[in-house]
Amino acid sequence: MVDLIKRAKELLESSAVKVVIGYEQGTGNKTRALFVEKTEDADKLIFDSRCIQNLAAYVTKKEVKEKGKMAIAATLPVMRSIIQLASEFQVNDNNLLVLGITPESNLIEFANLVEVETFVHQYQIEIDARNKEMLDKLAKMTSAERWKFWVDELAPCFKCYACRAACPMCYCSRCTVDFNQPQWIPVPSTELGNLEWHIMRAMHLTGRCIDCDACYNACPLSIPINLLTKRMLVDAKEHFGNYQPSLKGDNLMSTYKPDDKENFIQ
Amino acid sequence: MNIDKRLVRKDSLEKLFDILKRNSKTIYAPFTKNGKSTFRDTESFGAISTGYIQTTESAKDIAFPRTEKLLDFSKSKEGMSVKGTDLNDIPDVILWGVRPCDASGIGELSSIFNWDYKDEIYINRLSKVTVFGFSCSKSDEYCFCTSVGGNPGNTAGSDILFTLLGEEGDYLAEIITEKGLAVVDLAQNLFEKTDISGKEKFLAELPVKFSHEDIRLKLDKFFESKEWIEQSLRCLGCGACAYVCPTCACFDIQDEAHGKKGSRVRCWDSCGFSHFTVHTSGYNPRNVQSARWRQRIMHKFSYMPERLSVYGCTGCGRCSRACPVDMNILEHLISIQEVTV
Repeated sequence: MVDLIKRAKELLESSAVKVVIGYEQGTGNKTRALFVEKTEDADKLIFDSRCIQNLAAYVTKKEVKEKGKMAIAATLPVMRSIIQLASEFQVNDNNLLVLGITPESNLIEFANLVEVETFVHQYQIEIDARNKEMLDKLAKMTSAERWKFWVDELAPCFKCYACRAACPMCYCSRCTVDFNQPQWIPVPSTELGNLEWHIMRAMHLTGRCIDCDACYNACPLSIPINLLTKRMLVDAKEHFGNYQPSLKGDNLMSTYKPDDKENFIQ
Repeated sequence: MNIDKRLVRKDSLEKLFDILKRNSKTIYAPFTKNGKSTFRDTESFGAISTGYIQTTESAKDIAFPRTEKLLDFSKSKEGMSVKGTDLNDIPDVILWGVRPCDASGIGELSSIFNWDYKDEIYINRLSKVTVFGFSCSKSDEYCFCTSVGGNPGNTAGSDILFTLLGEEGDYLAEIITEKGLAVVDLAQNLFEKTDISGKEKFLAELPVKFSHEDIRLKLDKFFESKEWIEQSLRCLGCGACAYVCPTCACFDIQDEAHGKKGSRVRCWDSCGFSHFTVHTSGYNPRNVQSARWRQRIMHKFSYMPERLSVYGCTGCGRCSRACPVDMNILEHLISIQEVTV
């Protein structure tokens, strides 16, 4: 991607940003995240259909954020994640510049996150045909059949939390599942512990999940956990309206205002 | 005992499986779901996955389960009552289809669980396991057993090691231990006498890619290297690498209580997690990902050789295959070997 390499070099040379987050060729046929801090390393940047990791997971990572202002090569799902993160006060125009990659693989420049939001809003979040079919199949099952499906699917889960680590929206410095005094979610990987963990995760992501499949792609056991968040996307739409990440912070399922008149949350 | 070599015909493996089942043996064998393979209690020979280079999960679960109940407790007016695990409840298991890098990992895991404290549950579980190793006739770019002292036909850790003798599908069976011999006794006629001696030409060719001795020596002066920061920047801090590893043995102990009774449970833990070994004071001894990544490599290639005289890596390459962000241990070890301190 010549345009991206050129732009990354300009941004680093002019010190407009300290680090450019993009993709490089990995080992085997894999691609992986690249953090370009020196202009000469920008030549390693690539972009092709294999580049599906949601790089927005890195913009809240302490070690990356500490480098200073970031630029990020952002596909549509990454841009959506960034808008959602901005609405949750995790990134802003002072610490992040978006180098957009359109669905047609063209580089698109944005002056600020408002422009990113406008771009993102041109596209509806659509569940792909294969997963839609799976959701329909699940919806047609009896509750006992569906329960069995999930018990079987989640049985191999060993709680490595790759799903959580790969998700841009799972940026809590301490996750509910890591508390043991008091304990909210059973820590062991057991039938109940696995079910509770994945249901809790899907609930926490409802109205925030932008349907990028990062959780599923990261799972070393390929458990279709993204079906849970997809189902919530469908249900939330039906009951609460269409979801688009928004800088206004008018989240589908919750609101938060620093000047909230209620004080129990402060 | 001396290794006894026998020929097992292609069709005899299924017969062996059936005979073991008729003798009420529990058999754990590779089972594939969603394209990923793991060892599961298997009732039929046809359900066993074949043709894999390596199973996605290691076989360590059999002796060191992801969730191990240590004791049950209940509280009443009379006080607290505690009931420990009954070691007699542990079943006899045949572990079928284990690759040599996995089987040899059992030795490394055992050295940890027999170190300063003899872990009775682990020791008892392992004593009930008979390992059927299967040599490797194929390898991939993630394999590096030959760089850490192993090889595709390594007998270490197996009770019987089967080596596929070319396309005809017959196997050379090396009967390595008394446990292996006990299985042969159940199906004598399936283990034919043979004069085949060499198996090397049937094994995967895997050139040595680095020297684990050199890595160990290098690490003595590598603790403060910036290489850890560079290597770990893309690491997301999950536990996939540790949980698929045949030798990672870290665990956490949790109380799972409901009302006045509950269980104390041992669960796998991973040095990749940000809160790994956080002190009760809140102090985190490894508060950045680079320190956690360094711990993973140092533990396997420096601390274990120093304290236990074994390396904590068998070169199975599972961690590299499982990593969602391409943290490739082979690539990183080669970098460590090449970087000047």
